[in-house]
Amino acid sequence: MSANLVALWYLVASVCFILALKGLSHPETARRGNYFGMAGMAIAVITTLAIVAKGHLEYILIAMAIGGAIGAFVARRVQMTQMPELVAAMHSLVGMAAVLIAVAAVNNPAAFGVPDPMPTGNRLELFIGTFVGAITFSGSVIAFGKLAGLGKHFRLFSSAPVVFKGQHLLNLALALVMIGFGVAFFLAPDKGWVPFAVMAAIAFLLGVLIIIPIGGADMPVVISMLNSYSGWAAAGIGFSLNNSMLIIAGSLVGSSGAILSYIMCKAMNRAFLSVILGGFGAAEGTAAAGAEQKTVRSGSADDAAFLMSNAESVIIVPGYGLAVARAQHAVKELAQKLTEKGVTVRYAIHPVAGRMPGHMNVLLAEAEVPYDQVFEMEDINSEFGSTDVALVLGANDVVNPLAYEKGSPIYGMPILDVVKARTVLVNKRSMASGYAGLDNPLFYMDKTMMVFGDAKKVVEDIVKALE
Amino acid sequence: MTGSVDPTIINLIIFVLAVFVGYHVIWNVTPALHTPLMSLTNAISSVIIVGAILAAGASVLDMGSTMGVIAVALASVNVAGGFLVTQRMLEMFKKKQPKGEKREG
Repeated sequence: MSANLVALWYLVASVCFILALKGLSHPETARRGNYFGMAGMAIAVITTLAIVAKGHLEYILIAMAIGGAIGAFVARRVQMTQMPELVAAMHSLVGMAAVLIAVAAVNNPAAFGVPDPMPTGNRLELFIGTFVGAITFSGSVIAFGKLAGLGKHFRLFSSAPVVFKGQHLLNLALALVMIGFGVAFFLAPDKGWVPFAVMAAIAFLLGVLIIIPIGGADMPVVISMLNSYSGWAAAGIGFSLNNSMLIIAGSLVGSSGAILSYIMCKAMNRAFLSVILGGFGAAEGTAAAGAEQKTVRSGSADDAAFLMSNAESVIIVPGYGLAVARAQHAVKELAQKLTEKGVTVRYAIHPVAGRMPGHMNVLLAEAEVPYDQVFEMEDINSEFGSTDVALVLGANDVVNPLAYEKGSPIYGMPILDVVKARTVLVNKRSMASGYAGLDNPLFYMDKTMMVFGDAKKVVEDIVKALE
Repeated sequence: MTGSVDPTIINLIIFVLAVFVGYHVIWNVTPALHTPLMSLTNAISSVIIVGAILAAGASVLDMGSTMGVIAVALASVNVAGGFLVTQRMLEMFKKKQPKGEKREG
């Protein structure tokens, strides 16, 4: 195949990727979008296989078969509540692949049609692709550990921020040293293995150090950010291999992740930089406990059932607690029961509810909740005032009215206005404070009733009580 | 103006334009589909498999092509896993759509 023909096929694949993302603008066109993505990938892979047809195709095909089988198996088996872990794990693979390709490129640039020894320009791009890839890999491994709750086994995976003195200074110093070795790599007269290896090793370490201080509830930002990095890594590799399709696909993914990070930060009213620097909530954690003893009104599932069956409208606010308890199916059943009794049921989703962007939407979709009952924050906030019962399931900071009070750490964060509902039912496992380490005045209001217990158990009990 | 444009400059042009396209396309994605968006972009970023195949397909069998083969395997996990899990999620968003009903949005 001529180089021109290859480039044209790559162009077709790139257009497919753009159409794939465009499809996601609506649930109805989304599946078609995914097919475009698959088609683009098939074109890209087949075209590339045709280029190397004279080489050792058998190893490549075996590797593809093994990897593909693992991927397909995982995709079938994974629970929707485990989506954040899966996505983190997949980011790490892209990062690692980028690093391995870079190693291969340093070893034998000619295989990619790049002159040997590699020109400085390509080295610069390779450097960027490598360190971004390495950071993506180790950062995603840490994020995976945090999301999968492996903190018990290994402290670096703790979902609480891991902070130590001089952390940021150390990171900065390491980054500078890494760039120094990068420069040595550009200037090296030979292949530059030594500076390349040191640079990659530092990048792997940096990936770990960057992610450990970021706590569990900031995960939506982290995971979007790593999504973005994996794209930039692909684009960087594309630059050094002069491959326009890699550049296009990488940039699409990179900007997607960046936009998601921005949306998540905005939904928490926090600066991107402060999320990345991490450590949020570590200091204030104990402050809430010292406050004067306030009384909460707690009730049973039966009380909750009684309140809801007498309501005209109910808004359900799902949070991370729902995902942990895998209560989505029980919730759907509850909504069905209430609807049968003539109660209007809607769902309100905060952008950072859960551990990744859109986490709650997917869980509700899995439980077959019709998506026209599910509302984003800005669309439903004005409705709480005319709602009889707001049922908060395992959410805390996203409904904390302290966000309206100047001086509170979460002041200015957009929240769901459940506080305006006539009655508020809050399900939590205990009175422990949320991720931000803040007390939540909502829990002590006269119109609030707490229903303690595991979200799934409580919702199932309410359903039983409704019968 | 003499000579031809450096490939790096051409790459840069492609890069900047692609970021623009990405920016505009992504802002149109409905928030409800942000999780499928992440898994789909994940699958798309595994197009890096192209680089891995080129590395693995070198006519000499050495460290570089071994790295390439491993990278092909890693990226393949993502290609298959990413698209299939996206498909699975999007099917869920479909099921609840009553037949024939059109939604504006």
